[in-house]
Amino acid sequence: MPETDRRPASNLQPLSLHIPEPRYRPGDTPDFGDIVVPAVDATPRPGEATKPDAMRDLCYGLVRVLDFDGQAKGQWDPKLSPERLRTMLRYMMLVRAFDDRMFRAQRQGKTSFYMKCTGEEATSVASTMALDRGDMCFPSYRQQGILIARDYPLIQMMNQIYSNRGDHLLGRQLPIMYSAPEHGFFSVSGNLATQYPQAVGWAMASASKGDSRIATVWCGEGSSAEGDFHSALTFATVYNAPVIFNVVNNQWAISSFSGFAGGERTTFAARAVGYGIAGLRVDGNDPLAVYAATQWAADRARTNSGPTLIEHFTYRSEGHSTSDDPSAYRPADEASAWPFGDPIVRLRQHLETLGEWDGERHEAQRAELEDLVKTTQKQSEKLGILGHGMHQPFETMFQDVFEDMPWHLKEQCAQMLAEQEAKFGPDWKPE
Amino acid sequence: MMSADTMTATKTMNMIEAINSAMDVMLERDSNVVVMGEDVGFFGGVFRATAGLQKKHGKTRVFDTPINECGIIGVAVGMGAYGLRPVPEIQFADYIYPGLDQLVSEAARLRYRSAADFICPMTVRTPFGGGIFGGQTHSQSPESIMTHICGVKTVIPSNPYDAKGLLIAAIEDNDPVVFLEPKRIYNGPFSGYYDRPVEPWSKHAASAVPEGHYRIELGKAATVREGEALTVLAYGTMVHVVKTIVEELKVDAEIIDLRTLLPLDIDAIEASVKKTGRCLVIHEATRTSGFGAELAALVQERCFYHLEAPVERVTGFDTPYPHSLEWAYFPGPVRIATALTKILKD
Ligand SMILES: Cc1ncc(C[n+]2csc(CCOP(=O)(O)OP(=O)(O)O)c2C)c(N)n1
Ligand SMILES: [Mg+2]
Repeated sequence: MPETDRRPASNLQPLSLHIPEPRYRPGDTPDFGDIVVPAVDATPRPGEATKPDAMRDLCYGLVRVLDFDGQAKGQWDPKLSPERLRTMLRYMMLVRAFDDRMFRAQRQGKTSFYMKCTGEEATSVASTMALDRGDMCFPSYRQQGILIARDYPLIQMMNQIYSNRGDHLLGRQLPIMYSAPEHGFFSVSGNLATQYPQAVGWAMASASKGDSRIATVWCGEGSSAEGDFHSALTFATVYNAPVIFNVVNNQWAISSFSGFAGGERTTFAARAVGYGIAGLRVDGNDPLAVYAATQWAADRARTNSGPTLIEHFTYRSEGHSTSDDPSAYRPADEASAWPFGDPIVRLRQHLETLGEWDGERHEAQRAELEDLVKTTQKQSEKLGILGHGMHQPFETMFQDVFEDMPWHLKEQCAQMLAEQEAKFGPDWKPE
Repeated sequence: MMSADTMTATKTMNMIEAINSAMDVMLERDSNVVVMGEDVGFFGGVFRATAGLQKKHGKTRVFDTPINECGIIGVAVGMGAYGLRPVPEIQFADYIYPGLDQLVSEAARLRYRSAADFICPMTVRTPFGGGIFGGQTHSQSPESIMTHICGVKTVIPSNPYDAKGLLIAAIEDNDPVVFLEPKRIYNGPFSGYYDRPVEPWSKHAASAVPEGHYRIELGKAATVREGEALTVLAYGTMVHVVKTIVEELKVDAEIIDLRTLLPLDIDAIEASVKKTGRCLVIHEATRTSGFGAELAALVQERCFYHLEAPVERVTGFDTPYPHSLEWAYFPGPVRIATALTKILKD
């Protein structure tokens, strides 16, 4: 290097590497008092065709409808009927009852794995309710609320969780990796964010066929770091694809806080800015705000006005999965310190404020749903629990690798059936 | 092979603890070593392999990363170019695919394409293999993808003692190493019988692990069991499974634990097969284009006139790893016994 290219660095401090650190660790008392909570009616609702550059503020604000005293206010209020609100509450309560039961089933050794979405029910239930039934959902593993909100049979979910005889996925997938095409629910992958570009492809296909259906996709804030996320946004903006991107920012990705996905620097909604996509940051624990934002984005997509990225600002109240112990990395009471409350409590409060619901009805519904889940669980367990597995005819292992089975798989299948006979005798059938 | 400074006290360790100890020793000895990956920092990894390391060595030496495997491997290449010795973790081997371009096109070829102007002294650690009801995205065995790259070394330990010595040698190696950890045997060797209790490592001699620095040279196999009837080539979990079965069946097998798939200890393989005249190759990975195909070809090329029977392969099937049918998929006792019978027939 010639001497002239060298900058005298003597007046600079040495470089230092920044490693993000969450504010609270086990033992600390969490205090989220400094999270900015804009007033419920502070955020204007732009027209659905507004240019992304003209609505950037919405990437940094917070779309809210429900005040903390249960009143719906402001331009975003979707003005749903009490009947619709009660349906929404019911779905969210059903998701919670289902989660509690299935988590316990895993703890009792009945299956290998489970994941709850406690505290995040609104981000899938309210979102799905704002879509048309024909719209295609590309979920991550934490959107059981989509299936519930589309009245997918609970027993089918349980059969999949148990990998039992009734599992229409033939026991091939890890529990909760559902697939339900008739309910507009794409097969869940274990590999994070892969569904993001796939949703864009589905939306491009719908547009190219002159269809009216749109695609919608979810991932966690942690997964938004994956390259697939950015591939999806690039394709969506290039082709103006009719797609809604949901980033469920529940603050945690297993043990890593949102800072490891860039959350210390800007919002996740602001990812939209660089791509020229509309972005909305929403109180994810406010079911009406989630509904309103999704409805806005759906109308935008359906009128060829382009894709939208919605950040759902929420909190993962429980562990990542049955394999996780969050007390090792965050304060035990962080969820209760979270300033946005619980989506079920907030919707209940709203209905009660309207005079459309009361404590007695709430308790009755809770008992009814718990009962429904319990009864369904009994029916499902008649078809088997995971145990050592092997509830399906062994040859199903080789089916669906391809449409037609090539010779080598036929040979391997014959070999496996001979092994089965050697192990269990000629009369053995999967129980 | 142990180096001179091995003569420290030993401690009983399972495989996770041995792997943790290897990183601990290297972080201590070499200020250029950095450990990173999803959830590896404060939490210490989803399998606890890096537990306590951040606290001991500091946040800039041991840290969490964004969930982006392409980024993890890519920044490790860049750190290596600067002069660091990065040890990235990919949380499950099934999630290495988003990082493959950085691994295949960059890490593996940097030395070659720059005529050694730049090197890539990184060690990618990743748990692999099935047997834990992990379904298709927590069970895969992608070792043959790694050996096919030409430019990364591929190492698979089968016990705590080897895991530590091999990992230290991998970290000290100036070329990229993929270090595949058989997660089924993190806590104890696996017999192949899913309905029997797991015996902890503490009951196994290889759980006596020196606390300090020692190396097990890459490219050197270990003879796990000497025998005359046939040679079994195995690695990782399958070393223990096949050992259980040959002992049950009282087959006088010579079991070779390859330990490093690339570079391979061809001399050990050749010597054993020439002695026994028969060879069984075993792995959990899918069959077609698996590492067993390479081994069978090598044995055939080098030992053909010594062979008394065709080389046999025992492998996983050519399907994604099923959840419920895991134990029908796994190359367990029956599949191994059938192959042994066939190969020993005449
Ligand atoms: C490609 C890939 N890398 C890593 C993982 C392991 N993994 C599973 S879930 C998870 C955290 C995801 O967090 P986030 O996206 O925030 O979603 P959340 O669990 O909070 O809903 C990780 C790292 C994976 N499944 N796939
Ligand atoms: Mg998250």
